[in-house]
Amino acid sequence: MRALLHGLPWVAAVGAYFAFPEFLPLLSGIAIAALFALSLDILVGYAGVVTLGHAAFFGLGAYTAGILAQQGWGEPISGLLLAMGAAALLGAVTAPLVLRAGDLAGLMVTLGISLMLYEAANKAAFVTGGADGLQGVEVWPVLGIWRFDLWGRTAYLYSLAVLFLLFLLAMLIVRSPFGLSLRGIRGNARRAAALGVPVKRRLAAAYAIAAAYAGAAGALLAQTTQFASLDALSFQRSAEGLLMLVLGGLGSLYGALLGATAFTLAHHALSEASPQFWQFWFGVALVVVALAGRGGLVGLGRRLLRR
Amino acid sequence: MTHLTLTRRGLGAVALALGAPSVARAQSGVFRIGLILPMTGPFASTGRQIEAAVRAYLRQHGESFGGRRVEILLRDDTGTQPDVTRRLAQELVVRERVKALAGFGLTPLALAAAPIATEAKVPMVVMAAATSIIPSRSPFILRTSFTLPQATKPMAQWAARNGIRSAVTMVTDYAPGLDAEKAFKEQFTADGGQVTAELRTPLRNPDYAPFLQRVRDAAPQGLFIFVPSGEGAAVMKQFAERGLAQAGVRPIGTGDVLDDDILNDMGDPVLGMVTAHHYSAAHDSAENRAFLEAFRGIAPNARPNFMAAGGYDGVHLIAEMLKRTGGSDDGEKLVAAAKGLSWTSPRGPVTIEADTRDIRQDMYIRRAERRDGQIWNIEFDTIAQVRPNI
Repeated sequence: MRALLHGLPWVAAVGAYFAFPEFLPLLSGIAIAALFALSLDILVGYAGVVTLGHAAFFGLGAYTAGILAQQGWGEPISGLLLAMGAAALLGAVTAPLVLRAGDLAGLMVTLGISLMLYEAANKAAFVTGGADGLQGVEVWPVLGIWRFDLWGRTAYLYSLAVLFLLFLLAMLIVRSPFGLSLRGIRGNARRAAALGVPVKRRLAAAYAIAAAYAGAAGALLAQTTQFASLDALSFQRSAEGLLMLVLGGLGSLYGALLGATAFTLAHHALSEASPQFWQFWFGVALVVVALAGRGGLVGLGRRLLRR
Repeated sequence: MTHLTLTRRGLGAVALALGAPSVARAQSGVFRIGLILPMTGPFASTGRQIEAAVRAYLRQHGESFGGRRVEILLRDDTGTQPDVTRRLAQELVVRERVKALAGFGLTPLALAAAPIATEAKVPMVVMAAATSIIPSRSPFILRTSFTLPQATKPMAQWAARNGIRSAVTMVTDYAPGLDAEKAFKEQFTADGGQVTAELRTPLRNPDYAPFLQRVRDAAPQGLFIFVPSGEGAAVMKQFAERGLAQAGVRPIGTGDVLDDDILNDMGDPVLGMVTAHHYSAAHDSAENRAFLEAFRGIAPNARPNFMAAGGYDGVHLIAEMLKRTGGSDDGEKLVAAAKGLSWTSPRGPVTIEADTRDIRQDMYIRRAERRDGQIWNIEFDTIAQVRPNI
């Protein structure tokens, strides 16, 4: 029964491929957003490290994969892995800075790092294309068989497959002793330290893992749209990721998936229905959900079921 | 159970939000045009102007051309997210079956969508973005706005002939800005002038004050300015506050700076400023009067600017393509029909060049003057039929 429940979102996601063949670009957008929200969930929801600059890793992943493909190495899977590696490296390097500063100051450090990266990408126009975006990205077919088509079939299935594998891995991570120790640290860092948990090192590892996940999401965006722009590094991207996570429910991996799906669909439907004033309605919807459902959509669902 | 209910609800929401699919689209009478514009965000004025102009054209000329009724599908790309522009273009082509794409407020947005036009083989009418290279990015791109060298070189020529020997350029740091910077320097130095400094301001959240302070310190005779439509007010306000006019710096620029949409609110500091551009709402012709009247019918409180002119001519181009092909859906035929087309636009005589698919048009040197209590760009010199890639 439990296994069945776990399978359902994925059956639905594959079903969506057949049910909505005309919405595949949107659906791949959802898968990518979900992966980004998942990355934030590992960091914020499980490890309890708050960040406002997660787009730094997303953008680094996007530019790594994009520049590789632009410079003649368009193999998507190795590009994805390299992007994850680059993002994880940046995460590992910056983690001590973020963790050293403590909660609020750490938040500022994350923001600062993402702003620095944004401006660096803006100025390094000879590599990144600057404000005009990265032009001429050519990604090869996945596994040498499926090329990225106009309909977005390959893009969706590829994004979904990556999301699925990384979701399984995330599930293993949060259920491992390592994952449990993260929850312990979030609950009470001092007591965890007293129990002999190497707090800083565990948090740094979580930071690097989350960075790798965000890098994967960025790489997926660059590869499926064959384009990368400064927007991938923007503060708005970080903030939207947090919104998705809060909307879905912190600290439950399905919350990240749900939040990203609901957020992207609402965004899409509202901006299509009212191209000029959609942001107003979107704000209304966010406030209502935040007030009505503490614990996000997952919390809301749980309470409804209990009744 | 949680996941089950919520996933189902999610799918229901998809079906609800996205409406009934393809059934309604089967009829062949309607020709759908995907109009992608920045309707929110910092460049929303561009989107509003173009949308109003497109609607004005359709109200004025009817909605059927070559036996096809055109239908406009408007989408907002927020002006700063090229990957959104690209996704919207893809969705419009794949899901909504649009047979032409149009709009494209800024260069990065147009460049991002170009591969979609190529792959889907649909005409892509660029109504705003003005970097010279854009039409070379897809054989399906046609342009009805202008190119920056087209506006910049006449400006540089005029400056060199009218007592400006040294100049500083200040442009927004993205493709069109760099285009303008290069074109100005080429022409100005060829005419014997000297560019003493080249400043670049950021595209997003710019603060012009420190740049203008540097201009004041450099004390050139002229300051050449390019900023995207809508930004001119902020620049000219700072220009006045820093006392550059008193320091003897003459501002010149492309018409983007003295955009008709905001010109009237910019006040006295801009009076006398000379700019070069392809369209002024004060242009004296029967075509322009008809355009102004149609535009007023849609947006009673706004004055059309050069973006509106690009939108108006863009939809005219699509209408002519439909008439000439008898309402074809074939992208290649439509583009072929547009090549070499000439007409008299509200801005004056224009031609879509057959080889570049770009626009050839008259350029005007204008001076900002107060007439009947309002500020207008009054044209006082014309450079006839300037090519897009001069």
